[in-house]
Amino acid sequence: MRIQVNGEYREVAHETTLGDLIALFSFASDRIAIEHNGVVVRRIDWSTVRLEEGDRVEIVHFVGGGFWKFELS
Amino acid sequence: MSIAMSTAASGRTSEFQIGGKSYASRLIIGTGKYRSYEEMKAAHRASGATMVTVAVRRVPLDRSAESLLDHLDPELQILPNTAGCYTAEEAIRTARLAREALQTELIKLEVIGDQTTLFPDNEQTLEAARVLVKEGFVVLPYFNDDLIMAKKLLDAGCPAVMPLAAPIGSGLGVQNPANLRIMREQLPEATIIVDAGVGTASDAAIAMELGADAVLMNTAIAEAQDPAKMAEAMKLAIEAGRLAYLAGRMNKRLYASASSPLTGVVR
Repeated sequence: MRIQVNGEYREVAHETTLGDLIALFSFASDRIAIEHNGVVVRRIDWSTVRLEEGDRVEIVHFVGGGFWKFELS
Repeated sequence: MSIAMSTAASGRTSEFQIGGKSYASRLIIGTGKYRSYEEMKAAHRASGATMVTVAVRRVPLDRSAESLLDHLDPELQILPNTAGCYTAEEAIRTARLAREALQTELIKLEVIGDQTTLFPDNEQTLEAARVLVKEGFVVLPYFNDDLIMAKKLLDAGCPAVMPLAAPIGSGLGVQNPANLRIMREQLPEATIIVDAGVGTASDAAIAMELGADAVLMNTAIAEAQDPAKMAEAMKLAIEAGRLAYLAGRMNKRLYASASSPLTGVVR
């Protein structure tokens, strides 16, 4: 199924959870945060939230700064 | 005795509070624009700052991204910001993400109104502040140096306000000292942190002499030829400015006033 991650379309398997997604991209999972369809999901719920076709996921971390354009979709 | 006195004086000049919590330095610094992490770390150490601000951004999907947080002294209090947001809604979402990732209620609220000047959108800032305070955030809002806006932000529940000295990254120094002085005089109990526009040490000292409780800066240090040296200069300027504010400056006069006695001069 197709979902959007940080504004990019990605194919993922059915039943994929947010936790699976983090593992898929091999992000270090500490000190990042996830928004699922506009709602922040607590870390303890990552493994139970299942993605569905067309879902929008934002995964953020921290950078220096500072001024850049807001980019969450 | 003089050592004891100077210790007491520096203790009184450096510590300040935000929302009931004490911070050991009145200098808050940024993490952007440094040429390397090493340079940033050296500047952070030299500044004596106990709080640093960081921005929230999307994790790049196609490459491994080094975390800025790995390069910060773990002793530092991290102040996430909403830099780059243009609406209250964007800023609120960013603040919620920052809180989840860092487990801190602190948020430096920035809602920008215009790309050329990076001046804040005061209306959107106030709207976001009201929502975030209700959600339990400790909101530190960046706004134009306007007394009425400061009052509204404090009424909304912000524990401190962050008026600009000049446009972000401009290095112009305090452009409207009268506004900051009025804000200090009219809001004697408020925590006022001058944010943005400082260019060099004298600018920071002026902000503190006008009665600011603290100064937040990034570019003045990061874009200096020697950031660590400038960070130390800023630290000293903040302390000197605070001490001068507490000391109470002399009145200005148009004409000279001799320092030595006028009698007994050899003629």
